Amino acid sequence: MRNILNEVRQGLRRNISMLISVILVTFISLTFVGTASLLQMQIGQMKTYWYDKAQVAIYMCSDVSPADSCPQGESTADLKAAVETQLKSTTLSTYVDEYFFENHDQAYQKFQQQFKGNAVAKYVKASQLNETFWVKLKDPNQSAIITESFTGFAGVEEVRDQRTYLDQIFGILNAASLAAIAIAGLMLVSAALLISTTIRLSAFARRRELGIMRLVGASNTYIQTPFILEGVFAAVIGSVLASGAVVAVVQFFVQGYLASKLPFTNFVGLTDALIVAPILVGVGIVLAAIASGLAIRRYLRI
Amino acid sequence: MIRIENVTKNYRGSNRPALSDVSLEIEKGDFVFLVGQSGSGKSSLLRLMLREDVPSAGSVFVLGENLVGIPSRRIPFFRRKLGVVFQDFRLLPNKTVAQNVAFSLEVIGKSAGFIQEAVPDVLRMVGLHEKADRLPSELSGGEQQRVALARAIVNKPALLLADEPTGNLDPATSDEIMALIDRINQNGTTVVMATHDRGIVDRFQKRVVEMSQGKIVRDQRSAGYN
Repeated sequence: MRNILNEVRQGLRRNISMLISVILVTFISLTFVGTASLLQMQIGQMKTYWYDKAQVAIYMCSDVSPADSCPQGESTADLKAAVETQLKSTTLSTYVDEYFFENHDQAYQKFQQQFKGNAVAKYVKASQLNETFWVKLKDPNQSAIITESFTGFAGVEEVRDQRTYLDQIFGILNAASLAAIAIAGLMLVSAALLISTTIRLSAFARRRELGIMRLVGASNTYIQTPFILEGVFAAVIGSVLASGAVVAVVQFFVQGYLASKLPFTNFVGLTDALIVAPILVGVGIVLAAIASGLAIRRYLRI
Repeated sequence: MIRIENVTKNYRGSNRPALSDVSLEIEKGDFVFLVGQSGSGKSSLLRLMLREDVPSAGSVFVLGENLVGIPSRRIPFFRRKLGVVFQDFRLLPNKTVAQNVAFSLEVIGKSAGFIQEAVPDVLRMVGLHEKADRLPSELSGGEQQRVALARAIVNKPALLLADEPTGNLDPATSDEIMALIDRINQNGTTVVMATHDRGIVDRFQKRVVEMSQGKIVRDQRSAGYN
């Protein structure tokens, strides 16, 4: 064992520059992997949070609604009552958790609040804003039932599931994290190739020793272990650095900066980062062990 | 000790087989000279006995192991039972004489205590105990080959394979090395030695196996080079 460790130390000292490049490549690639997985976790968290809040809006016709969906102009009280009756009917009430009606004044106040300081807030009038039935479903996935029931209903301008807006945002975030994962994958491949090249160089530098070891009957494990440990050692440093980077990003950027700027969003925290960190180290070790093991095995084949 | 039966060895990219239908049996304690021109198949035969190669056809038994079917993880343990020396010595230039010998014991997991006893013993046997701390570059060719011999026999092998061990040495030094190999043989180790050295073969009058174009053309006890 002492001999093996001695071999490892010599091997590492021999090609220090390759060692550094292996450390850097595993560091960067695993940081990408870690960030991408945290982004996935973040998307998952935001989805559960926002999907749960998302409602279906039944917009009633107003003065300014387009004529093709609202030929009669502003919805009358009768039409609104018809919508409400429908929502209460046995067919729909099994799906509806709760609903509430938002009249012109309430919509106006909400609008003023949302667009505070914006020029448009001055020009808009209460009557221009739709009166709306906000419907919260027991199962948000079943919004199609409401959409189908009320689209084309007299006095209804439009039915819209808020999740369609969310889906766009999540789609973009998802694409970003998938791109990060794809880049991470490519970099992991190059890390693996770099490790196996390094190990092969190291084996070439020691081909005399290796030849003699094989002649006098050193076991394959004895010959291979120093090389595998050499690769693993470099990868461990790289992956520990990557874990540190991921934890630091979460601690200082996400929790320290983003969370204070966007107080109403639930961000990934240190607990999540601490789940990801050991996985990164594990991935680094397994990757390096496989890459250097294959490299040295090919070198030793008779 | 060694039984080779109907062995043929083809190398890729060569039409003529390196060995064609070779059979050979070597008893325990034998001293065998393998002679023949370059390319006659001597080295190919030694490589098969070392399990550096497997035959294209036929079977090879060495020290009770079937070298054709042996699983690769058992090969190192097979090699611990024999010693090998080459024309080019194959010493580690950055290790001293004693370290070179000790290295071959360390890598097969011998204890430090055993190494401490065995290395000076074997160096005394080859007459190099006073140069134990020298580097190979500080030694003459004959001395380097004696280090290689010490390394080959330190584990007390039953079989010594030697591929032209005197090929790089002058006649006087060759005689020293041959005297040493003869002593190793008299201590009970079987010796198979490939050589070109007519003088040595004629003087020793041992069993001679002559090869030509991948075949054994002569196998004679107490014989000379031709």
